[in-house]
Amino acid sequence: MVAAMTTDTQQPAARTPRTTPMAAPTVTATNATAKPTRIRLEHINAFYGQKQALFDVNLDIPDNTVTAFIGASGCGKSTLLRCLNRMNDTIPSARVEGAIRMDGTDINSPEIDPVQVRTRIGMVFQKPNPFPMSIYDNIAYGPRTHKLYGSKADLDELVEKSLRRAALWDEVKDRLNKSGLGLSGGQQQRLVIARTLAVSPAVILMDEPCSALDPIATAHIEALIDQLREHTCIVIVTHSMAQAARVSQRTAFFHMGKLIESGPTDQIFTMPKLDQTQDYITGRFG
Amino acid sequence: MNTPATPAIGTRKIHPADTTFRLSLHAAGAVVVIVLLSILAIMFMGGKLAFDTFGLGFIWGTEWNPVTQIYGALPAITGTLVTAILALCIAWPIGFGIAFFLTETCPEKLRTPLGVAIELLAAVPSIVYGMWGFFVLAPFMSEYVQPWLTSTFIWIPPIGDSFFWFTAPPIGVGMLTAALILAVMILPFIAATTRDVLLSTPQLLKDGAYAMGATRWEALTGVVIPAVRGSLFGAVFLGLGRALGETMAVVFVIGNAIRMPDSLMAPSATIASVVANNFPEAEPGTLDLAVLLALGFILFVVSFGVLAVARFLLRQERMS
Repeated sequence: MVAAMTTDTQQPAARTPRTTPMAAPTVTATNATAKPTRIRLEHINAFYGQKQALFDVNLDIPDNTVTAFIGASGCGKSTLLRCLNRMNDTIPSARVEGAIRMDGTDINSPEIDPVQVRTRIGMVFQKPNPFPMSIYDNIAYGPRTHKLYGSKADLDELVEKSLRRAALWDEVKDRLNKSGLGLSGGQQQRLVIARTLAVSPAVILMDEPCSALDPIATAHIEALIDQLREHTCIVIVTHSMAQAARVSQRTAFFHMGKLIESGPTDQIFTMPKLDQTQDYITGRFG
Repeated sequence: MNTPATPAIGTRKIHPADTTFRLSLHAAGAVVVIVLLSILAIMFMGGKLAFDTFGLGFIWGTEWNPVTQIYGALPAITGTLVTAILALCIAWPIGFGIAFFLTETCPEKLRTPLGVAIELLAAVPSIVYGMWGFFVLAPFMSEYVQPWLTSTFIWIPPIGDSFFWFTAPPIGVGMLTAALILAVMILPFIAATTRDVLLSTPQLLKDGAYAMGATRWEALTGVVIPAVRGSLFGAVFLGLGRALGETMAVVFVIGNAIRMPDSLMAPSATIASVVANNFPEAEPGTLDLAVLLALGFILFVVSFGVLAVARFLLRQERMS
């Protein structure tokens, strides 16, 4: 365990080596108390055509908490993430069984309008995907589509508030009418997060949001994720153990479409209950 | 461990096969340019007599009278532009609908057969379209469509005192019928090009719109179309270019009356149909032939301009 944490954070040789388990990131430490469950997954099975991608996943996702999904490529963690906001509905061959209860409602039920699910559960993708329009229009896209504002002044205020919450306002306030595609990768990803925030989602899903970003932009996004936790429930899929340890309070480990282990992040990273989890997070996975 | 000794690396030498290959590629490229320029030159030189006789006024002259040897190109130019643009207005929404159906909502099983059907539509020879237009479409137009259009749109005020939109004797052949035939002919091109453009839209962009709670319609109009606007116009201009130059089918159904049209349903003529109809009788060296070649030159320039715009729009998108 100790070895895993130290290699992940790349300690300079000059420092004294750790002899105790690495202190959990401050983020985790301040959030020791469990929050109420926001989303409850019950017996989720997902299929792409004949191929089964998820096997009987049961998981509680607490509110005001960052939950990390980790696991090797193809383990089903992105599939599960896309189940949560019904994105699999856009793939004709995909089929999802089981109940996804958010605030008591089964949002996986065929009677539920997936379009409305997606306004309550926002999503950020692997690569920044700003729309080919101005920064202002990018943020205003959701409010305009769902008619969430009264006057032009309301919309201006909403755009500013969303950009501020995404820690992007100061960098773009003088160029709101310029194309969103002219921003750097990290700025674009924060723009996409601001766009998601503009419709006040209860949950934000992030599918490897930093995989296309450099370390500095990654640090910005991670700091932002920690701030957003105050008002939303966040689920993040990540390939980086270090990132999962830094930003999340709970971690779920997947392997071959099955949920192997889930629990508080510091427990998963320091005292996993199963050898399989330990092998994966120490890099001895094979 | 020693690395194995490398053979001595020699100085630069000539590779005959490679040189020949390279030069032959230059030649192949040159052929295109030479053919293009010589066609342009021959058309212009052949038509020079017409431009000398009537000056630039040839382009906007409205009279066409072989007896008095007074020729103006405007009736033919008008017929060409009106039929082509009308065809585009009919074919573009349908072609776009087909393309969006094929890329977004079409069931997987139907996708291939429908794609093949569209390609087959493009493979029908234009003379077949012409005969079908003359024997099937024109009678249908004269019996049902034209009387209905006339009685429905009689209230539209005329342009000036000579152009009465849909008020004309219902004789079946005319600009509207020609435009319909042209619309069917350019439909597969517009549908296929638009489909390719839509397929090239990154999935990530569409997912982004869906993830914001957009419906298919909102994702298409709000995000996909703005992203590929230039390419979509390019697809439309390719269709326009084809409609401008189409000859055989149009000759059958346009009525071949070289005069300024007084209605959208009036018999008219396009540049291509005028040339096709009059070329066999034009004697070499006469003004008659020069006029036809000058018309060809004008059509060439117009089509070239349309294609240039199409290429420019398609390329602009690729760069962004």
